[in-house]
Amino acid sequence: MLRHIDLAIGHGEFVALMGANGSGKSTLVRALLGLRPLATGEVDLFGTPLRQFRAWHRIGFVPQRASAAAGVPASVWELVASGRLTRRRLLRPLSRADRAAISDALDVVGLSHRRTDAVSQLSGGQQQRALIARALAGEPELFFLDEPTAGVDLPNQQALADALSALKDRGATVVLVAHELGPLARLVDRAVVLRDGRIVHDGPPLRDHEVHEPWMAEPHSHHHHPESEVSVVRDHTPGVRAPLDPSEGPR
Amino acid sequence: MTSLTTALELLNEPFMRRALIAAVITGLAAPAVGTFLVQRRLALMGDGIGHVAVTGVALGLLTGTSPTWTAVVVAVLGAVLIEVIRERGEASGDVALALLFYGGLAGGILISGLGGQSMATLGQYLFGSITSISEGDVIVTLVLAAIVIVLCVGLSPQLFAVAQDAEFARVAGLRVRFYNVMIAVLAAVSVAVAMRTVGLLLVSALLVVPVATAQQLTRSFRATIAAAMALGCLASLGGLLLATFAPAGTTLAPGATIVLVALGGFVVAWPIGVWARHRARLQEPFAAGAAVGHEPTGEHPHEHGPGCGHLAVPHDDHLDYVHDGHRHAPHDTHYDEH
Repeated sequence: MLRHIDLAIGHGEFVALMGANGSGKSTLVRALLGLRPLATGEVDLFGTPLRQFRAWHRIGFVPQRASAAAGVPASVWELVASGRLTRRRLLRPLSRADRAAISDALDVVGLSHRRTDAVSQLSGGQQQRALIARALAGEPELFFLDEPTAGVDLPNQQALADALSALKDRGATVVLVAHELGPLARLVDRAVVLRDGRIVHDGPPLRDHEVHEPWMAEPHSHHHHPESEVSVVRDHTPGVRAPLDPSEGPR
Repeated sequence: MTSLTTALELLNEPFMRRALIAAVITGLAAPAVGTFLVQRRLALMGDGIGHVAVTGVALGLLTGTSPTWTAVVVAVLGAVLIEVIRERGEASGDVALALLFYGGLAGGILISGLGGQSMATLGQYLFGSITSISEGDVIVTLVLAAIVIVLCVGLSPQLFAVAQDAEFARVAGLRVRFYNVMIAVLAAVSVAVAMRTVGLLLVSALLVVPVATAQQLTRSFRATIAAAMALGCLASLGGLLLATFAPAGTTLAPGATIVLVALGGFVVAWPIGVWARHRARLQEPFAAGAAVGHEPTGEHPHEHGPGCGHLAVPHDDHLDYVHDGHRHAPHDTHYDEH
């Protein structure tokens, strides 16, 4: 249940939707995409009311990871290729541009070497990166990511952050749902914090523990030192590095 | 020599040729739809549609129209209804499905009794009677199966995306409900197609068992659907031939033989699949950069090397050998645990 949400996201912004479990951040993203009905109010995507919106190829959606595996094995390449459907016509084989976009998407998340493996053989973090590659394959301008870092180990979070920073450099707009930002913190331009379905903060990024201050969410054990300078914690874990292609490279 | 000649003569009989054609196309079409049903975890949907189709057959027998067509119509209606109930996702959905299944089966038996049909007539459709299939039925079966195969293969990118992740597919702009209903309708049509081959009560086996067999050994969706179609075709041909050339004195029902041959394929593939998955787990590479402490193995009389019988796994700049679930890496004169 969401109330009094008034939010405008500009082109090229990197927005983090934050808040405690049950604060409504995933619900907000699902409502923005038309997956949840609105009781009142309206959603515009690229200036078009949601009901009339047809330019789905401009949007890339990365759902929560639970949906990555189904009853029949699917290879990583096939999963990523299904993201290209936003730009494919019915009953046409894959064009050269389609194939190039799919392998480019695999490169960005660093999974090219696993393309023929079944999705179920990947680790949780790799599955999450495969889902990002699926959204990337459609070459969208606006990304919605629902909890991409949940249950992902630190090296994979780092690889994920690298992939997202490549997106940011390409000028993509990113809306990210996160409980905690971790290595993604350095990318965020704007944080929107929800509590009980309402926006309680909209502005510069906060540190993780500030989001959990009593005035924002449920009490949290961390102490907040207002006098300490706000700095972004950087991780120097070498971990899994995704080969990033330069933003000026061929697309 | 004479037995071979009689065998060839038997295969050349018109009824046998019709049966062979029906077996091949049913074996190809049913697993094509079945793959999408299994992917959506609706493996038993074919069974439910089969039950509902019994009413369709009985209506056809009662009114004197072709039972194949009435079965197609009633099965399609039933499948759409099942899909609508499933999509609404209410807690009582599975109970509603059960009501529909058993209502369909009981209604069919009741209606065929009303029409004065003997159980043997209905039995042809319940348990299959591939050798009594008429020329008109073969043509109908061919056309319907061709539609099923063309749509399943031609629209496989869209159907795959919808079955894999419905929410993502909707955000990708696909009409998810349209494709879901299409799968339900195609499943209903393939049930009607396979009705004469294996019978309505066993029809789900031909939709699902080849898929279950194929995915023991495959890692991609395309390989699974192709292998399932090939296996379905092999099973229905093999089962039919086995039933035809059963030793004199024994009668094998073709429908049941086909299903058991398909199940036999699964029984063979399953342990191979378990072994392959076990092997894949052992070969799982380490996370790059993961630090390995120095931990020499204890007494190690065996010397690892090419062809030593232990699985070799590349690890950064050297080879590890999988030994009783450990990985041994050569280090000077001893082995390290990696």
